[in-house]
Amino acid sequence: MVRAAPNAPSLSLGRRRAYGALGTGLALFCAMLAAGALLVILGYVIVQGARAINWDFLTQLPHPVGVPGGGVGNGILGTFIIIGLATLMAVPIGLLTGIYLALFGRGPIPEALRFLSDVLSGVPSIAIGLFAYAVLVAPLKHFSAISASFAFMMLMLPLLVRTSEQAIRSVPQTVREGALALGMSNFRATVRIVLPTARPAIITALLLAIARVTGETAPLLFTAFGSQFWETNPNNPMATLALQVFTYAISPYPDWQAQAWGGALVLIVAVFVLSLGARLMLRRAMRGLDS
Amino acid sequence: MSVAAAVARDDLLATDDLSAYYGERKAVGNVSIAFARKAVTALIGPSGCGKTTLLRCLNRIHEVGFDARVEGRVLLDGHDIYGNDVDPMAIRRRVGMVFQRPNPFPTLSILDNTLACAGKGLKRRQKIDCAERALRAAALWDEVKDKLRSSPLRLSGGQQQRLCIARAVAAEPEVLLMDEPTASLDPIATAVIEELMGSLTDEFTIVAVTHNMQQAARVSDYTAFMLADADGIGRIVEVDETAKLFTKPGDRRTEDYITGRFG
Amino acid sequence: MAVQPRFRRVARFVSPADRGFAAVVYGGSILFAVLIVGLFAELVLGSWPSIVAFGPSFIWKSNWNPITSNFGALPMIYGTVVTSFIAIALAAFVGIMAAVFLADFAPRWLSTPLSFLIELLAAVPSVVYGLWGLFVLAPFVRTAIGPALQKTLGWMPLFSGPIYGVGLLTAGIVLALMIVPTVTAISRDVIAAIPRDLREASMALGSTKWETATRVVLPAARIGIFGACVLALGRALGETIAVTMVIGNRPEISASLFAPSYTLASVIANEFTEATTSVYISALIELGLILFVVSIVVNALARLMIWSVRGSSRA
Repeated sequence: MVRAAPNAPSLSLGRRRAYGALGTGLALFCAMLAAGALLVILGYVIVQGARAINWDFLTQLPHPVGVPGGGVGNGILGTFIIIGLATLMAVPIGLLTGIYLALFGRGPIPEALRFLSDVLSGVPSIAIGLFAYAVLVAPLKHFSAISASFAFMMLMLPLLVRTSEQAIRSVPQTVREGALALGMSNFRATVRIVLPTARPAIITALLLAIARVTGETAPLLFTAFGSQFWETNPNNPMATLALQVFTYAISPYPDWQAQAWGGALVLIVAVFVLSLGARLMLRRAMRGLDS
Repeated sequence: MSVAAAVARDDLLATDDLSAYYGERKAVGNVSIAFARKAVTALIGPSGCGKTTLLRCLNRIHEVGFDARVEGRVLLDGHDIYGNDVDPMAIRRRVGMVFQRPNPFPTLSILDNTLACAGKGLKRRQKIDCAERALRAAALWDEVKDKLRSSPLRLSGGQQQRLCIARAVAAEPEVLLMDEPTASLDPIATAVIEELMGSLTDEFTIVAVTHNMQQAARVSDYTAFMLADADGIGRIVEVDETAKLFTKPGDRRTEDYITGRFG
Repeated sequence: MAVQPRFRRVARFVSPADRGFAAVVYGGSILFAVLIVGLFAELVLGSWPSIVAFGPSFIWKSNWNPITSNFGALPMIYGTVVTSFIAIALAAFVGIMAAVFLADFAPRWLSTPLSFLIELLAAVPSVVYGLWGLFVLAPFVRTAIGPALQKTLGWMPLFSGPIYGVGLLTAGIVLALMIVPTVTAISRDVIAAIPRDLREASMALGSTKWETATRVVLPAARIGIFGACVLALGRALGETIAVTMVIGNRPEISASLFAPSYTLASVIANEFTEATTSVYISALIELGLILFVVSIVVNALARLMIWSVRGSSRA
């Protein structure tokens, strides 16, 4: 299948080398282009965002249009609450499903569950928002933070399920058998021995899942809906930082647009800190296993 | 030796026409063997002859594997451990196991590892006493008494294996199964554990799989030789007192193996 | 007495603690399955009135009129297809080239930071992309890229017409940026997995490194790379917020890439909270259903292709 000296007699070596250099240069250019795009976007966000950020911005409520100042304090709080609730819902379901898949490995039912998990991971977040709307907003006739948490939970599940299963599977068989051989029940063996060993990987996955939903906006449009006030009741509509950035960005007011950049900077910092934190945890966990 | 004879001899553990399968593949075939009480029985044979599989049937760990099953009986004190109403966990508490590679629980301290299945409901002071007894029995106490709270992963291979022995012993089983316990250890650590096996028979019946014939000769009171037949099914060729088996084996195949003509 | 095979699994959960544990584990898994099946069911249920009212013509009718309750999704489908096509065309070229460079040409000290930066692109939230696209890229398209394209290629209907800044092209470029990490990362893995022997054989026959990369390695990896592109395409199809912010949100079909348009996802985002009649809501949910089905098909295809090259590890 390897074509012998593909360019053989037609072109001289010098020509071929030249094409090669050109090609390599093009490939390098593309790689730099992609990496550079990130730096450009980051640059704009940092420069524009830094102008808008101050203590008031992070802690105050939004001001009405036309009144300068104000902040995204309620959005930051709302983001914490909604993601916190989502985590509380997603972790048990995801972990239990992962345990099931790890313990019962092969067979039609586990394969069906894995298929469903893959399906869910590809569903656009707006469709998931529609589901949350149908289940928790329409019947109750009002927007709520809990419906947004429900949507976020769906978004976090596939990653949690897949990672829990892998993490539990990668605990050496001999550790699990050692626990069982002592006479431990499956329950004790899994909860006291296997899960703690798998914990770093699962926490990493959780951090990555949280990083992913921190920036999610689409489902929020018709679940949490947003708010101008401080809100802690999950049954009420609630502001979130991502939604505020969106609303401010598409508004015609320069004041709000500037605040959008500030909010974007906070979002990016949060997401990057979470992602990098997850990576560091993973690296430390890998090192721990080798010792 | 027949099962009836085993019962007559008051053996603690015996199998009756035991077969073990991985799915459709029969790995161990129709084994009937008895293990003398409070003695060391070594299980020797070439790689892949089914010795480890046989061992794992004795504490119902074999069935934990995917698609694994067992036919026949294993008698512990006269009762079939595969009976319909028998709880496998209860069996495993009476028949302990030490694995080929040390497997201390990585997230528990040395103390917690030792007490993983022991000292339930005891107060703290009593728990440490219990651990001390087990660790002394495994000849490890002096080396770890100052670092009971630290991670077992810091110990050497030989120490980790002794920790696993202490952990198994702490659960106060009647039988101790050992699957090539020194296979991954250096000679000095090996010697320590071999010495240990001798002292452990004061309390426990030991069945040890070993690759190392010299080890079997040194350590065991009885030896069973196992071989895979033409279909790959592991069968016991002969069982006898160790001294007799190694000097005057009854079966030609045993003699061939011992003298190194194969395997 | 043989241990009955059917006890094989159950025997593992004999004690009461284990029975409770088994119940909880089964319960969680069943809940998981129910949630996903429920998602599909609710989408179908919600779109039923619209399906009944418009039937299959929903897909090829062009009018989107909330006032007369007449809905046809063609402009949205057009917008989605065009923006995704632009996105994958750009991202595939840049991404595959970058992957080749990172896998076969870059020295360690360069490939590690570059790969890291490109992967970080995937972590940037959608709304931040939209913000940047709206305030930085769109003006740039309006003032620089657009006029340049129109000057050189304006004779093509693709590049004719007024340049607003927001529109199909801008949305396509933003989408391309969002999906390029997917293409690059997976392609790089696939390329790296091609055995050394193939490369060495080619070089031993006198090919240059570049010829080896393009004429030997890439064709060998083409299935996996194609899978990466299809996966990236799947992500582009469902992207909502960034697109909504830069596409102009007009339900019209136009030949020009500079024209504003609409995508399936962005119309839902824009109009769902304003939808008053139940047919309106139902039509929007039907768009969500279409997105759902398309994403499943595309993702399944992609995974099939990537599996066949990468083996058992999942994308």
